[in-house]
This record gives sequence, C-alpha cells and structure tokens, in this order.
Amino acid sequence: MKEVLRIATTGNVDDGKSTLIGRLLYETHSLPADKVEDLVRASKRRGFNSPDFSLLTDGLLAEREQGITIDVAHVYFQTTKRKFIVADTPGHEQYTRNMVTGASTSSVALILVDARNGSLLQTYRHFLISHILELSTVIVCINKMDLVGYDEKRYLQVVDSLSSFAQRLGFPSSRLVFLPLSASSGDNVTSLSRNTPWYKGKSLLELLETIEVPGAGDTLPFRFSVQLILRSKLPEYHDYRGYAGKIASGNIRVGDKVTILPSHITTTVSGIDVYGREIESAQAEEMVSIHLEKDLDLSRGDMIVNESQLPTVSRTVEARLCWLHERPAKVRSRYLLQHGVRRVYARIDTIRSVIHPESLEALQNAGTLSLNDIGDVSITTGIELFYDPYRRNKANGAFIIIDEATNDTVAVGFMSSTK
Amino acid sequence: MNYLKELESEAIYVIREVAAQFENAAILFSCGKDSITIAHLASKAFFPAAVPFPLVHIDTGHNFPEVLEFRDAFVKEIGVQLIVGSVQEAIDKGEITEQAGRYASRNMLQTHVLLKSIEQYGFDACIGGARRDEEKARAKERFFSVRNDFGQWDVKRQRPELFDMLNGKIHKGENVRVFPISNWTELDVWNYLKEERLAIPSIYYAHSRPTFLRDALIWPISDFVPLVTGETADVRQVRFRTVGDMSCSAAIESGASTIDQIIYEIENAQTSERGARIDDKWSEAAMELRKVQGYF
Ligand SMILES: Nc1nc2c(ncn2[C@@H]2O[C@H](COP(=O)(O)OP(=O)(O)O)[C@@H](O)[C@H]2O)c(=O)[nH]1
Repeated sequence: MKEVLRIATTGNVDDGKSTLIGRLLYETHSLPADKVEDLVRASKRRGFNSPDFSLLTDGLLAEREQGITIDVAHVYFQTTKRKFIVADTPGHEQYTRNMVTGASTSSVALILVDARNGSLLQTYRHFLISHILELSTVIVCINKMDLVGYDEKRYLQVVDSLSSFAQRLGFPSSRLVFLPLSASSGDNVTSLSRNTPWYKGKSLLELLETIEVPGAGDTLPFRFSVQLILRSKLPEYHDYRGYAGKIASGNIRVGDKVTILPSHITTTVSGIDVYGREIESAQAEEMVSIHLEKDLDLSRGDMIVNESQLPTVSRTVEARLCWLHERPAKVRSRYLLQHGVRRVYARIDTIRSVIHPESLEALQNAGTLSLNDIGDVSITTGIELFYDPYRRNKANGAFIIIDEATNDTVAVGFMSSTK
Repeated sequence: MNYLKELESEAIYVIREVAAQFENAAILFSCGKDSITIAHLASKAFFPAAVPFPLVHIDTGHNFPEVLEFRDAFVKEIGVQLIVGSVQEAIDKGEITEQAGRYASRNMLQTHVLLKSIEQYGFDACIGGARRDEEKARAKERFFSVRNDFGQWDVKRQRPELFDMLNGKIHKGENVRVFPISNWTELDVWNYLKEERLAIPSIYYAHSRPTFLRDALIWPISDFVPLVTGETADVRQVRFRTVGDMSCSAAIESGASTIDQIIYEIENAQTSERGARIDDKWSEAAMELRKVQGYF
C-alpha cells in the first residue's frame, strides 16, 4: 500500500471543507496543544463557543476577513496506517485555478456537498475537473447531515443526482464513494455515527486509510525528460556526463536500448546513478542520472524513451484545456507551452468546443476560453513535443500554457489521443 | 517509494529547476536544520558537479555563538561561497533603526538586509527552507513564489502549480522565493537528518544554559536582552527547536541529547515548533504580514 496519500478537498464555498480538515486534525491528535488553544482563543474572539475548525486552515488575513478560502492550504497528518498530505482547495468559482492546482498533485478528491443544497454548479465543476485529472478515487462527502435531521432520503437524493452525473461523465462507479457526514459534529469522520444507522460504509478516516491508489506508472513505456546535464570539474569525474531527471514512466536498466528525441538516435544505457551512487535499474518517479554509450549532445527537455515504444512526436496537439486566467484565451496568438520541463512556443489554432460543467454539453465554435472554462482545442507548437495521451500516461500527457506578456500560467492542458 | 525518499526526490527536482530556470540564484542559509537540509539536498542534486548557488546568511548580530561557529565549519566542508548580509552594518550606516522596548528584536530588520542583498547581488531566485506545516500563512506557499520588485508576496496572484511543472518566468526586477521542502513536516526533517547523518548546531541538543522566564517562555540569557526587575537568571537543561536570534528564540526544557530522543520528544510534543518563536506570538497574522513585506 502507498505510504502517503495525497488528498484534495473540494466543493462549493461553505460546504465545510476547512471544518472537515480541522476536525480530522483534531481527532487524529495532530494538533499540538498550543494550536488548539490558539483556535479556541480565535473562535471566542469571533463569538463562537465551540472551536471553529475552519480557522485552522484559512490562514490569510483576507480569508479570515471574508470568511472564505482563497488559496490552497496544505495540511499534514498521519495515523498509524498512513501519512496524509491534504490540499484544502478554495470553493469559490473565482479561485477554481487553485482547486485545479491542489487536485493536480492528489490522487483522491473529497468533494463536499451541503446536504441542504445538494449539488451546485461548483460541485459539478469540481467533479468534472477530478475526472479530467483522472484522480483515482472521488469521495463525495454529503456534509451537514445534522441540519437535515440525518435523513436518509435526503442523502439518497443527493447521491442519485451525483451518481447519474458520474455516469454521464463516464466516471466509473468503482472509483466513486458516497458518505453522509457532519464535519462540525464529527459524525462519520473518524468513527461511524449512531445518528446514521442506515449508513453501512466506512468512516471517512477508515476509507482514507485503506483506499488503494495505483502506484507509479512502472508498467508503462519508459519516458525520461532531461532536466539537467551534469558534468564535473573533479579529476576523478573527468569523463562524467550524466543526464539528470525524473523517470516519468516505465523502468530502465543498464544495457537497455533507448531512443533519443528529437534526434531519433538510438543508443544503449551505459550506466545509471542516483546522486553519485551507481545502480543497475530504476523505475517511475525516481530521480536518476542516465549515462549513454554514444557520446551525444542532449539538451534540457530532450527525451530518452524506450526504443520500441515511442511517444507521439509532433508539432500538433489535440488537448483539453482548463483556462485559469482572467485574460481569456486568444486564438492564433503566441504563447509558451511547457510540457514537463520542455518549453516551446505554441499557438491555439482553434477552440473546438467549450464544455458546460453541469449539462456537459459541448458548445461548438465558442471562439474563446474565459476564466474557469474547460474546452477542447487544437494547438501547433514551434518545435516538436514528445507526448502520450494523458489518459494513458499522466506523467507525460499534461502541459501548462504561459502568457509571455505577464509570465502568468494561464492554462493547464491534457493531451488527447490523436485522431 | 519510501516517504522520505519521495520528499527528497520532490525537493531535488525543485532545486534542479532553479538551476535550469534562473541565472543567479542563492540559498538563504540561516544555519537552522531546515537550511542545512536544503544545502545538503543541493549538494546531492548536482553531484558530482558543484552546487551552483552561494549561501546567503542574513546576520542579525544577535546569533548564538555556537551557530556561527557551526556555519563557518559547514561552509568549509561543502565548499560553497558564503555571502553575509549584516544587520549591524545597516544599523551603523543608519539605513534602519534598532527597535526599542522590552520586546525589541532584529527580526523585522532582517527583511531590509535581505532585500538589499538580493538587489546588490542581483539574485533572481532565493531558495529557502520554509515548510508549509510551520504556520498558516506558509501553508499557502507555492514551490515558486514570485515577488515583485519590493520583494512582496501577493497571495491573490500566486501562479497555479500544476503537477510538477514549475513556471519561473519573471520580469526584470522581480525575483522568486523557492521552497523545495514545502511538503516536509518538522518530524520529516529530523528523520531525514538522522538518515543522512547530518550535523546540526549544538543548541538543538539538550545542554545547560543560563536562562530566564518571561511570558511563560524560557529565554536564553544574552547581551541582547537585558533582564528587567523581577526576572532572574537560572541555569536550566534546555534545547532549541528553531535557530533564530538570541532575542527571539525561546528554549524548551528538554533532556533530549540525541537525534532519536529529539524525534521521540517531537512525536509527543504538546506545543508546535513555532510556539517557541517569540516573533509569531505578536498577532494571529504576524507571519503573513512579514511575508507581505518581503520576509522569506
Ligand atoms: N451544522 C453544520 N455546520 C457545518 C458543518 N460543516 C461546516 N459547517 C459550518 O459551515 C460553515 C462553512 O464551513 P467551512 O468549513 O468554512 O466551509 P468551506 O468554505 O468549505 O471551507 C462554517 O460556519 C461551519 O461551521 C456541519 O457538518 N454541520
């Protein structure tokens, strides 16, 4: 089982994300006494008698003033079973980019829903984004059950609406879990509650402790982007030339035949080391330096791949984009595209459609993508990219778009299969 | 992959991105365990090549003498350039004024000297050892945190960081603060120090020291903090959880004299790491305000 689970908490504003995380921290005894005291003091100052757990993660002045979460807060806790890294993401539509940020590094999303209101536009949007990101599990927490009298019927109504949404999305039910919850009273958070005898599943914490997430992409074809070329002035390393980087997918062994992109030259791996320590083989997610038999001149962003399983090598990309910036997408103007560590010029040729997050209808010929829009586009790049469809290889199928005028990251993209 | 190895890989990836995306980066080095971890990670990241960044120490003049001694030995050992920005010098030149009063510390004055050093050396990226678990405002930091030409942090404009793709593009005059060990907790750092057998300043370990009590915290006796009436010096068995100035680091009573004992102590601790930072007690938003002004 994976030792550390990365989780993103999502959902509409005020549905209880921060409260839930605070509750989890509190009940797993992850809060030192002085932090609990701070919390009680700050809660009293705001006129609450019991601790307001959301104050634990809403750390910014503006957040506390407005009582909303603006940016992702990272929270760490552990139980005897596992370590958890939680990205508490903002629910507010304006800050959806921060939700995408938090979810992109997570394997599980918790989507909170206020039992009284049921699913709202942001609920659907976050589900859609979790789906696009191919998160391994989505846990829908139907929260504030205390405010609907722990009513099973109400719970099932919310479950139904989201189940059918998942079906329309094509999100497999095997990776979807529902759970009735009260974050503020603690029902079903770390132990099952007597208030919901009709619920037969696990408590949230038990779910998180036992959920299986797929490991690194060891079984996929080998992909390795050169991050840096390491050479040394030390006499004993005179001939050292290591191509340093992170293995995106697959595994590699000394003696393997590899192809270098973009040159398409084929050579053999003559050595692998990890920070100077020589090893025979390595696998996905490991940081290594690779040595090649042929004396080649690779640059940052070049790729070393399995000789017999090449990625798509192309200057055109079909992709799904999430637009993350106030300045809408400009068709046919120049952007920078960063795929892994490879940065190239790029142009959005056409925006084929924009997807409505709730109805999932694709609006054709939208012309532009505005903040938080999700759409399918065709892109041409200045030089070749070496990629796989995101659905098949997450670590080699995503990119960001940078606006040169502001240097802001304006979009994240997911490569589709080429037609 | 083992948890510490996963964190190490993540940090080394970020450090290498700094070398690749910036022209003139530096490591902010406070001599604390977090900056020692960063310097060590950097030496791994580029091995067998040399670390391509200097260490920058903002010296408040209120250091623990043990820590300065450690710093000089450390720098020699890893063979990197050390740049010292002196708060005392800035005070002597009249650029900044010493705070007055019982809680005077030079913590706020560091910001000025840091920003000045960045300007003087033209650093476009400064790598720091801040961790998100330390404090609520830090919990919101990205790996790459862009600062404007006043060194300020604008939370509402933070760039989204998708997957592991880091965007370090900046305009002239801006610079980036980089936090490779963002996702580490205090305990992770200690476990890593242990696994990698790294040396740290002696004040982290239990020792006897003359101290006094103020506001329920144990302060070290030093030339920088005069006792007021009613306060008395007592020798106590203490250690420090963070290395800051003698005027703003409180000690904790502890008998932990080995790394294993420290790890055991932290696992069972009742107070958080920054709970012994006098500078954070000032207000709920103390850290955020300092960050907005350009502090790490
Ligand atoms: N009654 C009730 N109130 C809740 C529950 N969970 C959260 N709240 C309240 O709902 C409000 C918004 O919660 P918060 O955690 O800040 O939501 P966020 O915006 O999703 O982080 C706060 O006033 C909470 O106290 C719950 O389960 N039951």
